[in-house]
Amino acid sequence: MEKLVSLIPVFPLVGFLYIIFLGKGLSKNTIGAIGSGAIFLAFITSILVFTTQLHGANPTIVKVIDWITTPKFDIDISFIVDPLSTIYLLFITGVGFLIHVYSIGYMHEDEGFNRFIAYLNLFVFFMLILVLGDSYAMMFVGWEGVGVCSFMLIGFWYKDMANNDAAKKAFIINRIGDLGLILGMCMIFFHTGTLRYDDLFISESAASGLHGWDLHLAAIFLFIGAMGKSAQIPLHTWLPDAMAGPTPVSALIHAATMVTAGIYMVARSSAIFSASDVASDVVMWAGILTAILGATIALTQNDIKKVLAYSTVSQLGLMFTALGMGAYSIAVFHVITHAFFKALLFLGSGSVIHAMGGEQDIRRMGGLKSHLPITHITFLIGTIAISGIPPLAGFFSKDQIIAVAFEENMIMFVLASVVSALTAFYMFRLYFLTFRGSFRGTHEQEHHLHESPKVMTIPLIVLAVLSIFGGFMGFPHAVGHAMHVPHWLDHFLENTVEMEVLDMSVGTESILMILATVIALISMYIAYTKYMKNGELALEDDEITSSTHQTLASKYYIDELYEKIIRRPVDAIAQFARNVVEPKIIDELVKQVSLIPSGLGSVAKAAQNGKLVMYVLAMIAGLIILLSTLI
Amino acid sequence: MELLPNVTMNHYLLVSVILFVIGVAGILFRRNAIIMFMCVELMLNAVNITLVAFSKVWGQSDAQVFVFFIMVVAAAEVAVGLAILMMLYRNMHTTSTDVLDKLKW
Repeated sequence: MEKLVSLIPVFPLVGFLYIIFLGKGLSKNTIGAIGSGAIFLAFITSILVFTTQLHGANPTIVKVIDWITTPKFDIDISFIVDPLSTIYLLFITGVGFLIHVYSIGYMHEDEGFNRFIAYLNLFVFFMLILVLGDSYAMMFVGWEGVGVCSFMLIGFWYKDMANNDAAKKAFIINRIGDLGLILGMCMIFFHTGTLRYDDLFISESAASGLHGWDLHLAAIFLFIGAMGKSAQIPLHTWLPDAMAGPTPVSALIHAATMVTAGIYMVARSSAIFSASDVASDVVMWAGILTAILGATIALTQNDIKKVLAYSTVSQLGLMFTALGMGAYSIAVFHVITHAFFKALLFLGSGSVIHAMGGEQDIRRMGGLKSHLPITHITFLIGTIAISGIPPLAGFFSKDQIIAVAFEENMIMFVLASVVSALTAFYMFRLYFLTFRGSFRGTHEQEHHLHESPKVMTIPLIVLAVLSIFGGFMGFPHAVGHAMHVPHWLDHFLENTVEMEVLDMSVGTESILMILATVIALISMYIAYTKYMKNGELALEDDEITSSTHQTLASKYYIDELYEKIIRRPVDAIAQFARNVVEPKIIDELVKQVSLIPSGLGSVAKAAQNGKLVMYVLAMIAGLIILLSTLI
Repeated sequence: MELLPNVTMNHYLLVSVILFVIGVAGILFRRNAIIMFMCVELMLNAVNITLVAFSKVWGQSDAQVFVFFIMVVAAAEVAVGLAILMMLYRNMHTTSTDVLDKLKW
């Protein structure tokens, strides 16, 4: 059964190739069916592979073909089947399938429909390679592949220059992270002689060849890679700009799957990270800072997708905080629940944008509840789920991160609780401003308002159901134990990632759960009174007076800072090279060198004067000299 | 074929040298491209005489084969060369090499 795993990436690849090369004359519905069908087949196969792991099969490596074979460096194209990779498989193909279906409706009027579905397929292919690869080298292939797909999809509407700029920004910032990943891989290879997870972590534990600062550095370099892909401080600036892409892209790539690749990588390398306290601290602090930064910026954003983007940054930060504290399985748990509700929220926002005719500013929305009933209900479910109100998915995963923080580090506990409170606040602010109150857009927009077609609402409903029940795969330990509900996910991942066993009484855990719920409800109530009861609205740009608000609305001026300390100097160097080095040094040098042949040439050119007689004379003279030497 | 009495190898070579020098002198001192062309042919035939004479003396036919090749090549060369000269004359209205000196740096 495990052999089937090599088929999984083949489906989306074939889908991509078919649509690109043979899709020209086909109707949009056919293309959509091929694209989503490919992912659906991959999903079914993933379930089959997953069930083998569910029944306790040992982790298996399925070799497809040799890739690089040298005496010292041996990499195969082969796939790893273990709990971590199969659970990622399930939600990548599952959520991916729903988003493909949604795209059929969302992109139906777009002239680039074929290209869009094809890119989505290619993206899923690379994402599958990333999680299925059995070595860092294979992961790197997928890692770069999703980066390229992300670039192509952010800049999908390439006729608008702003989209291209956003795509380039995402790509370039990711390059910085990739450099970290490459350096990390090199360090691991030099100290252990292998890049395969099997040798490193499972059978031979070659990772023990790494210790001391080599280990810390290797782990930190790997984390820099994760920073780029998963948008952590200081490489987070690309993710909000990436919202320039079509909304299904934001849902699939920039919320549910690709940005969680960093968490996958750290969880996969949990043996390295848990051995390095320094790197774990770096991960934890970068995570919590990112979480706070994202959550505070999200308070002031007025673009529906930007709020969700900063929310994603913040949630990813929380996941890294969990990783840094050694709670790898809980981070993966939050990745999964987050994939459900964040994909739901993004697709819901897509449905809103669709209905509003492209409008994304929540100041122009309001009162959409009656016009978009299904979108409204599902969006509300997503909002409750992300805010951490039981018993929806986000509550369980986030609460466990906070519980671990309570055990490990009080500062983290306080900060994570603050983030959680802010999350509930900005999400309900978004909800109230968008769906409640009265409509604030133009008359024309109001006339145009309509619920999205079934092909878009059904994925919303499925994701809403997952957002409601998804949390039960990881029921809290102590309380669960008392109630005889096992923490299924922890058991499932037990042998794959390092485990943080929480030793917590039922009482403590229940109090923490109640506390988290109360915090979320209070934040929700504040948002309710502020934006619903008092009818306060988001400020227009020129109304912003307080400096804190200004700082948040300008995203802590980080882009401006990068502009000053990186782009300007680089620009200055480039200008210097263009204005001084190129004309004054390189050009001059070339000119000087060119004088040598031209000087020699002016001497020799006298010989070629076009007079036939001279040539003949020279020939005869030459002949005579030649013959006289012979005699 | 017997050599004529009193005619030795040197006589043949002498004729050949005389013809060759006439050719060289013609090329050097005349300016008319057609005349120069004819002088080239003269030099070629001077060489042909030498070849045939040596072939006879040494009793080997290789050189005679050579002569045929030279004649064929010369014929081809004449065809091309005269055609070029024709075109030159049509365009420049002269065949003087004093005027035809454009092919230089």
